[in-house]
Amino acid sequence: MRHSPLNTRDSELDRFRFRIAIAATVVVAAFALLIGRFVYLQIVQHDYYTTRAEDNRISLVPIAPNRGVIVDRNGTIMARNYSAFTLEITPSKVDDLDETIDGIAKVIEILPKDRRRFRKLLEESKSFESLPIRTRLTDEEVARFAANRYLFPGVEVKARLFRQYPLGPIASHALGYINRINKSDLETIEKNDQEANYKGTDHIGKTGLEQKYEFALHGETGYEEVEIDAGGRAVRSLARTAPVSGNNLTLTLDTRLQEITEKAFGDRRGALVAIEPSTGGILALVSTPTFDPNLFVDGIRSEDWDLLNNSPDRPMVNRALNGAYPPGSTFKPFMALAALELGKRTPGQTISDPGYFNFGGHQFRDDKKGGHGLVDMYKSIVASCDTYYYMLANDLGIDNIARFMGSIGLGKKTGVDIEGESEGVLPSPEWKKRRFKRPEQQKWFAGETISIGIGQGYNAYTPIQLAQAVATVANDGVMFRPHLVRYITDSRTGEKTMIEPEPLRKLPWKQQNIDFIKKAMIGVNREGTGARAFAGAGYESGGKTGTAQVFSLKGSDYKGGKLKQELRDHALFIAFAPADNPKIALAVLVENGGFGAQSAAPIARMVLDYYLLGKLPKGPAKDDETPEEEE
Amino acid sequence: MFLKLLQQFRSRLVEHIDGPLLAISLALMLFGLATVYSATYDANNRALSQLLNMLVGLAVMWSVAQLPPQKLMRFAVPLYVVGVVLLVLVYLVGVKINGARRWLPIGFTRIQPSEILKIAMPLMLAWYFHKYEAALKARHFAIAFLLLLVPFGLIAKQPDLGTAILVGAAGFYVIFFAGLPWKVMVGMIAAAASAAPFVWTVLHDYQRKRILTLIDPTTDPLGSGYHIIQSTIAIGSGGSFGKGWLEGTQTHLEFIPERHTDFIFAVFSEERGLLGNCILVTLYLLLIARGLMITANASTLFARVLGGSISLSFFTYAFVNMGMVSGILPVVGVPLPFMSYGGTALVTLFLALGILMSIQSHRMLVKT
Repeated sequence: MRHSPLNTRDSELDRFRFRIAIAATVVVAAFALLIGRFVYLQIVQHDYYTTRAEDNRISLVPIAPNRGVIVDRNGTIMARNYSAFTLEITPSKVDDLDETIDGIAKVIEILPKDRRRFRKLLEESKSFESLPIRTRLTDEEVARFAANRYLFPGVEVKARLFRQYPLGPIASHALGYINRINKSDLETIEKNDQEANYKGTDHIGKTGLEQKYEFALHGETGYEEVEIDAGGRAVRSLARTAPVSGNNLTLTLDTRLQEITEKAFGDRRGALVAIEPSTGGILALVSTPTFDPNLFVDGIRSEDWDLLNNSPDRPMVNRALNGAYPPGSTFKPFMALAALELGKRTPGQTISDPGYFNFGGHQFRDDKKGGHGLVDMYKSIVASCDTYYYMLANDLGIDNIARFMGSIGLGKKTGVDIEGESEGVLPSPEWKKRRFKRPEQQKWFAGETISIGIGQGYNAYTPIQLAQAVATVANDGVMFRPHLVRYITDSRTGEKTMIEPEPLRKLPWKQQNIDFIKKAMIGVNREGTGARAFAGAGYESGGKTGTAQVFSLKGSDYKGGKLKQELRDHALFIAFAPADNPKIALAVLVENGGFGAQSAAPIARMVLDYYLLGKLPKGPAKDDETPEEEE
Repeated sequence: MFLKLLQQFRSRLVEHIDGPLLAISLALMLFGLATVYSATYDANNRALSQLLNMLVGLAVMWSVAQLPPQKLMRFAVPLYVVGVVLLVLVYLVGVKINGARRWLPIGFTRIQPSEILKIAMPLMLAWYFHKYEAALKARHFAIAFLLLLVPFGLIAKQPDLGTAILVGAAGFYVIFFAGLPWKVMVGMIAAAASAAPFVWTVLHDYQRKRILTLIDPTTDPLGSGYHIIQSTIAIGSGGSFGKGWLEGTQTHLEFIPERHTDFIFAVFSEERGLLGNCILVTLYLLLIARGLMITANASTLFARVLGGSISLSFFTYAFVNMGMVSGILPVVGVPLPFMSYGGTALVTLFLALGILMSIQSHRMLVKT
């Protein structure tokens, strides 16, 4: 049967309508897919996208807090902030930096040193930061730039807080300084979960107290919520959270004492640590030469940096904490105390000193030719008899010496509140095993113990360790951790948090032994090697001189004055005063100062004179020109 | 007398106008105007100018609706030929803007010939199939594909993937409704799938980037991913009921790019929420459904395939645009019908509506 044309037409129409139905189905399915997507975005993920939209819209502009102020024990300001205008460039927003800087230079003065500093900052920075091309603009300069501002996109005048150290180089090693945040600082910040709090901060404490108490000093960053458009332009301010200023530090340090001490050193290199024995509070922490921390605040100029870094006097080294020196004869009172405590000597026991001590085929010589004759413990300290301590070291043995000296903190970090303290060297067979690699070097020889007895050999301690040891003896065996900060004042509540009011430990010494050692040290300043420096002091003090060999002169007499200065011995002195109720204990070191009595003791005298009597020195301490036969 | 004249005028005015199509498109236009207003009121407001575009569009629609489909058929070949010639000229001497050669300078201004093909393409193919209606063979389909591929290739080459897809889809719908065998279609899909790796190698860098960005917009958050990221944030943050008209933060803080043109859906979606989206999608669905209904009842093959193609083209526009703005399709330059700002596109859309109305209004005349 043939299809009629009409039939063909109808079936064709049916097929067409079927295709329409298929198409309609596809359309409905596709739109359903879209609706599904909308449901997903607008219902399921709504909160997420709302947050994203808010993040887009709202920019938190950090407001950096005021950094805490640092004052000394008398309230003298050591570190503070001042506000000043800086001219800053955001390198990422500027096409041609040189051209821009040249352009700015036509409006306000840009010195070559400013350019150099900017270059240096640029190398160290992330490109989206704004970097200062000029700091401390005058009001006139601000006005002049503001009038020409449209010429310099990406360049802005900003009000910034600057750190200032009003005392300049005084106590710089204790204070430290702040400088721009670098990569390793960022890691520290991250480790302490402080990233958010440092959003608006571009400086951080690099050394000293500024570094140690960074997070206490910093404060809490405030925020301004600003609505911004896609171009990052602020449309309006929505809310503001004020920053909270950093906490203030009150130190145990006495800046006047510090200043007098630094002056007493004159141009000599050295260190002095003075501690209040009953608290461990550091009264003066001196390392000379010093430096001016203000140089670092807005980026140190490279010529200043080179000067500080390349100086043979190494002013950037904190000798009080990082210089390790043999204690020389200042070691003797501690040796004597060890002997008494361990029952190896009694005060009255005497030895006969022929001027040398023979051990293992080697002659250990005394400084005094012919010897001191009959020597008891008192005389051994007052006259600083080497032979007595050669013998004592041999009798005590290295293990006992190491254990006792370790108990008073020698060869260990004191835990002072400054980073990077050195350990020094407390020699022992175990130390030697750790220190050397080859087996033949690792062996401890009994002969090595002998020179340990007079503070030579491997012995090497930092001035702060010596000061802590003297303070512990002065404080009758009650030991404190030396510290610079007395308390931290909360900037919001005014609440004071004391630092280390509790003693570290009480050493189990017999009071009569302590009293005897003190008596012998008083003898040093009354009739012994320190007598000349302390003549007519007007107060009773205990002390001990010491000389640390820098250069060993085998078999020849040591004539200090004839040697080159850098080969001369280091001079040391430890002291405490007043003798009956010590308020101050100290350790002085003068690098290449020769005999301790000659150059270190006079500095100690000046410090004690000022601290106990308020006497101001007339100038730097003078070397005692006529060295006695001693040590 | 005057009343009668007025009545005559009124009946003359509405005689060939399809009520439902007009109602739906007016509703869409109202949404469109409100959204264009919101998207542009911060700076230089385009709502009034869009309103004028719409009035011009309505006039074009009315005029086209007056013409019976047979008369439209006469335009098919000339329009197609002119379109293709112009495309060739673009290829040879076109103006290059932003790396794409899409424009032809004509004295004081420049035109975009690919726009002509949006209508000329389905018109041409519908005419072709209508001509050989009695005996459609495989070769007719082959020639139809050839007629399709020439302009498609030329537009894709410019490069203008969005318009190429729209033109190509419009042409393909005609072929589909003309009765392209299912077997061939399945075969083509299989071939397309296997050719995909090859296509990848001939795509332009910016096109590949768009596809990669679609898969993971975060790979290029500041570059090509930025558009998608910001528009999905706008849509997602709109939630169920939207942030309210003129209240979209993404819109008014300028996070949405092209916010009054290709990305206007993000603006709408942010301010009107899921509810608004559902209403909008429903309106498009109604528009397409009405178009398909008209098509199903059309009397000639020409009217059927042309009407079907136009109806589905609305779908292509709407789906591709909303799909790309919401991040499920690559970013191609396709405006959202009746919503996006732009005179040319709007006039083309109204022209298409006019054709549908013509088909609906003249079906009886042809049948008898």
